[in-house]
Amino acid sequence: MNKESYSIPIGPVHPSLKEPMTFNFEIYGERIEKVNLAPGDNHRGIEFMGRQRNPIQIIYLAERICGICSASHPFAFCRAVENAAGIEVPERAQYIRVIIAELERIHSHILWAGVAAHELGFDSVLYLSWRAREKVLDLLEDLTGNRINYGIFMIGGVRRDISEEQIPRIRETLEYYKDIYGKIEDIFLNDPTIALRTKNVGVLTKEDALRLCAVGPTTRASGINKDIRQDQPYSAYADLEVKAITPDVLTGEVNGDVYDRIIVRLLELVQSIQIIEQCLDNMPSGEIVVEKKLVKLLNQLKKAKGEGIGRHEAPRGEVIHYVKLNESELPEVWKARAPTYNNLMTWVPMLIGQQIADIPIVIASIDPCIACMDRVTILNKANGQKDTLTKKDLHELSVQKTRRIAP
Amino acid sequence: MTTISLFGILVKIIGAIVIAFLGVVIGLFYKGIDRKLAARMQARVGPPIRQPFMDFFKLMIKENIVPQNAVPWIFNGAPIMALVSSITILLYLPVGNIPPLLSGYGDIVLIIYLLTLPAIGIVVGGFASGSPYANVGAQREMVMMMSYELPLVTAVIALGWKLSQVYPQFNVFSLAVINAHPIWGLVGPLGFIGAILLFITLAAVTPGELSKVPFDAPEAETELAGGILVEYSGRNLALFGLADAVKTIVMTSLTVALFFPYNISHLLALSGVFALIANVLFFLVKIFLVMFVEVTFIRVAFARLKIDQVSFAYWVPVSIIGFLGLMLIVLDTIIV
Repeated sequence: MNKESYSIPIGPVHPSLKEPMTFNFEIYGERIEKVNLAPGDNHRGIEFMGRQRNPIQIIYLAERICGICSASHPFAFCRAVENAAGIEVPERAQYIRVIIAELERIHSHILWAGVAAHELGFDSVLYLSWRAREKVLDLLEDLTGNRINYGIFMIGGVRRDISEEQIPRIRETLEYYKDIYGKIEDIFLNDPTIALRTKNVGVLTKEDALRLCAVGPTTRASGINKDIRQDQPYSAYADLEVKAITPDVLTGEVNGDVYDRIIVRLLELVQSIQIIEQCLDNMPSGEIVVEKKLVKLLNQLKKAKGEGIGRHEAPRGEVIHYVKLNESELPEVWKARAPTYNNLMTWVPMLIGQQIADIPIVIASIDPCIACMDRVTILNKANGQKDTLTKKDLHELSVQKTRRIAP
Repeated sequence: MTTISLFGILVKIIGAIVIAFLGVVIGLFYKGIDRKLAARMQARVGPPIRQPFMDFFKLMIKENIVPQNAVPWIFNGAPIMALVSSITILLYLPVGNIPPLLSGYGDIVLIIYLLTLPAIGIVVGGFASGSPYANVGAQREMVMMMSYELPLVTAVIALGWKLSQVYPQFNVFSLAVINAHPIWGLVGPLGFIGAILLFITLAAVTPGELSKVPFDAPEAETELAGGILVEYSGRNLALFGLADAVKTIVMTSLTVALFFPYNISHLLALSGVFALIANVLFFLVKIFLVMFVEVTFIRVAFARLKIDQVSFAYWVPVSIIGFLGLMLIVLDTIIV
């Protein structure tokens, strides 16, 4: 470590962070020499709470893992339970699920665009883009009853149908976003000050993205063609042609910088609009849920035995839920892995060598969701200090557990 | 020089108090208008125009916290130094056709020196707060001062030099003289373009001098959580707020005095007290328009630049524009 370097703590509470998370930076002048992440400030023991509830109650808990991904977590959780219990979802419900998930992607990406602008000190764009976001929230409220935490997912389907009168309202909102998309793109891709602040900032190389298993727009901006909707299509995505978006679609080159991440998210906005339109055009009629009577459904789940995995491409990347049912009312295991967990370590190669001024935008560029990510905190009961478990410790712990289970 | 009499001194003291009071009130009022206009441009409702006054009075009754590892006398002295130096500059600036209160005791070169004082006050206060954020902010403020001084001085020197060519008998750096002889009437077409370039230079320096977006790297809310001001609270923060409001008036008045010193009284055929009132009101309108262009509009239209980009912007493009303006004015004089 350099003698003249000094350390700056960012977080757990800092204007550039929207959620608690601690960073310790070693700075030399204005250049970042070393980054140390210390997550764990937002751990709520949500998986433990889940193991004391029945699967239908967990849906609403899963929604509240994160306010922005409140369609993605229940989507993945419902798929995991359906996978474990062998439930087939009606086709119409699959389409409605995809429409809600894509509307969520639109609102999440516009929200991110506003936050990114704010981190750059461009508050005008923050206010204007968040005003644009209101329209999709109104539509979500119309369709589901809530602006966030939609409460529309149900094991084996959805809870509300999309009526004939609602379809013109959806189309009208999509037209609105098509109209203003040109303006949004012009602001973010052609504004000289935004370009100055984002080009060649926070570069994540393709090799690093692969090595760190990054997901979502973060990895696609580094040129990796990875999107579950494309690679392992599920639900209504199987009927649609979804292509993973990399920045070279627009610019012809991949730099993996913040600017590329902006491009990917903007293009995904357009993609989401197209997906919803295709869904509306091809939506089949029929039932929206397999079993309307919840008691009957719960009884069915109580008898089920098996493991299930549910995956979904959330706005921030792949979210995985794992559920183990063991012929009881409560699930034996529920595990949620949010996209931010994978993207966390990409901050290190992105931040090293950058300036202090780049910290907010680079942190924001992976669209972190700390609430989604914080699943484990290790506390040393003796002294109340937080502990870190290395790869070696974790390996030893798993060996011990295996011996305990199968002596 | 004026003869020193007891009466003269008394008038100056009363004048200084009046100007300081008016400067603070108008500064806070304009700050309110600036915030309201910026909010409307950003599709917000914005705070009421009296908000800066409310902020000031609220801060005055709040606890004044001095951090444990700060140097108390520097920490508490810095905001006073910033406010006093800002107000002192006001005494050297002409308002409408009223000559500066301290006209004859200093000229525009002194103003340029005084302009660095509020910034130095903030830097000293930042270093004395003993916080890493304030430290980084203070370093950035110093870098910015070094960056914008050259273009600022270029603009002032160019105007002074032109005046000295036309009126060699005057003290050309006196603001009273500059105020009485607008640059636009003295130059030919080349010089006119040069003067426009100099105005652009000064307009680019103003947001930097006032630490406003895109040149607000020293305060940078999302990076440094307020930077140099991060440890300030209560009365000290209120004083820095006042200094900022007064400095806005100072910078806009300076632009008006250098480039738009016109008066309205002779157009309306007014005289006496009415002429005075009309000119002062017209002056307030002028500084409002200048503030709108140099502060409000620029700060809603750009993202914040990094400190190296700020330095580059001032050292290269803005300085080149300033030098071009200077050269055009020189050429204009030599050719004619």
